[in-house]
Amino acid sequence: MFIIGERINGMFRKVARAIQERDEATIASLAQRQVAAGAHALDLNTGPTADDPAEVMAWLVQVVQRATPVPPSIDSGRPHVVEAGLRASKGRAIINSTTGAKEKLDVLLPLAAEFGAGIIALTNDERGIPRNAAARAEIALTIVARAMEAGLAPDQLYLDPIVLPVSAAQDQTKEALEAIRTFRTLCDPPPHIIIGLSNVSQGGENRPLVNRTYLVMAMAAGCDAAILDPNDDDLMDALRTAKILLNKEIYAEGYLRTRTA
Amino acid sequence: MTVETLRETWPGKVFTLTIGATSAEGGTRARAVTIGGHAALPFLPYDAPSPHPPVVAMEVIDAVPPEWPESLRAPLGEVLDSPVDWARKAVEVHGAEMICLRLVSPHPDWKDAPPEAAAETARAVLDAVPVPLMVLGCGHADKDNELWPLVTQALKGERCLIGVATQENYKTLVVACLADGHSILAQAPIDVNIQKQLSILITEMGLAPERIVLLPGNASLGYGLEYQYSIMERVRLAGLQGDRMLAQPIAAIVGEEAWKAKEARLDTAAAPEWGAAEMRGPAWEAGTASAFLQAGADILVLVHPAAVAAVKRAIGEFTRTPA
Repeated sequence: MFIIGERINGMFRKVARAIQERDEATIASLAQRQVAAGAHALDLNTGPTADDPAEVMAWLVQVVQRATPVPPSIDSGRPHVVEAGLRASKGRAIINSTTGAKEKLDVLLPLAAEFGAGIIALTNDERGIPRNAAARAEIALTIVARAMEAGLAPDQLYLDPIVLPVSAAQDQTKEALEAIRTFRTLCDPPPHIIIGLSNVSQGGENRPLVNRTYLVMAMAAGCDAAILDPNDDDLMDALRTAKILLNKEIYAEGYLRTRTA
Repeated sequence: MTVETLRETWPGKVFTLTIGATSAEGGTRARAVTIGGHAALPFLPYDAPSPHPPVVAMEVIDAVPPEWPESLRAPLGEVLDSPVDWARKAVEVHGAEMICLRLVSPHPDWKDAPPEAAAETARAVLDAVPVPLMVLGCGHADKDNELWPLVTQALKGERCLIGVATQENYKTLVVACLADGHSILAQAPIDVNIQKQLSILITEMGLAPERIVLLPGNASLGYGLEYQYSIMERVRLAGLQGDRMLAQPIAAIVGEEAWKAKEARLDTAAAPEWGAAEMRGPAWEAGTASAFLQAGADILVLVHPAAVAAVKRAIGEFTRTPA
């Protein structure tokens, strides 16, 4: 299970303040905590900053790469910010994200190809958010084809079935799971499938419980990557347990007492 | 038409372990032995060339059991009475890359020898040979717990491989290895879950995962070989997939188990249709060992000189780089 830590996001007050003050120590500490808890990559989101977001993104990438060896996930909707993050990165990065819209794919797929970056692709497009699994799969197919045309290797692409808050769109959480199952059949070997886990509990109660329940469901459906909070111990315990139950890790009585890869 | 070579890559890697300390490292070995480090399944250099080939250790026992058949005693001859001479012959004549000294004399049902005497034997054997040393206890938990600290202390600084830890009895051996700088053999009863749990228990006591060698069980041709093979393979696959509790090098103690088989022990007269006993026993042992090589065994502990020669030949063949 590929884990992208979600905590370095300028939407969080503490992070926004650290960005404003260019407080390297706070960002570095957040990075290290997430990696120590099992993050394989770190999502970086500037949030609403008064400064030039491209410059902020580059700064975040440099700070995080001084602190940890894992790849950054450049979380921005603006291509010039994405590019700034990719340029600042030593080694492989991940673009978070494109959609299936032609104008986004036209700009972001070539960037992924140029920098050898992974790219997360949400399966919505110009027509809005798809209402069911089949509509998501149709967009996913387009994305897969475009990615191949752009020369991306199969393991550079991470398809996202779009996880919506259960409190606002309760029928959609099930559709996303169905979409995951369908995405797995789109190519051989199956593509990476990623979810932005915390979206499922946005605006609702019992957020940690909702998050960890959905993560396990998504893993059973075939999701192999997630953007989540690795410092949520119950969440990580549920993830490890799901791995054991899906026979992806060998069971031992003390399985939770040890960190594997 | 060119055929594309399919390559498999793995997220994990087998740990690397060096057994034996040269004088530069504070020991007295002429040469150390390094095992593990693989990034692919055995003998697949196109996936990833293996940095260290498997090694053959020869077993030396401090009190030979009476049931050893003549076909096993004959090639070893007089040295059977002297662990020191036996170890020397194993290295100088038969090319053993390590010695695996089994101290059975302290077992209460056998000689019930004092642990101090067994520890002295261990030191004497070490001093007699230039190669690294493995040491096994007698298999009786209480006696071994008295024996191990004396042995590890007598061999302090020589970076030996000491065994066997089991899920029921591991704490004393772990403490002894930690105190005196040795690595540990962790044995499970052909059970991958217990094998993993034992690694967890050992590392929780502070011994680094790199200092463990896994012993997934004891089986032989015709008597559970396939089962142990499948478990060994599963362990190696888990290690390559990134499970740090199963990513250690693997050992197989083949001699003892293979020679329990009647196919190995019966003399020619008792089973003439099975062929000459002189070849049957070593063939049974070598056949078992060769199978485990394919499953990922890094150390083979053998007892008959002809089996040693055959398995060393096989390792040479399997690791020969194609022209």
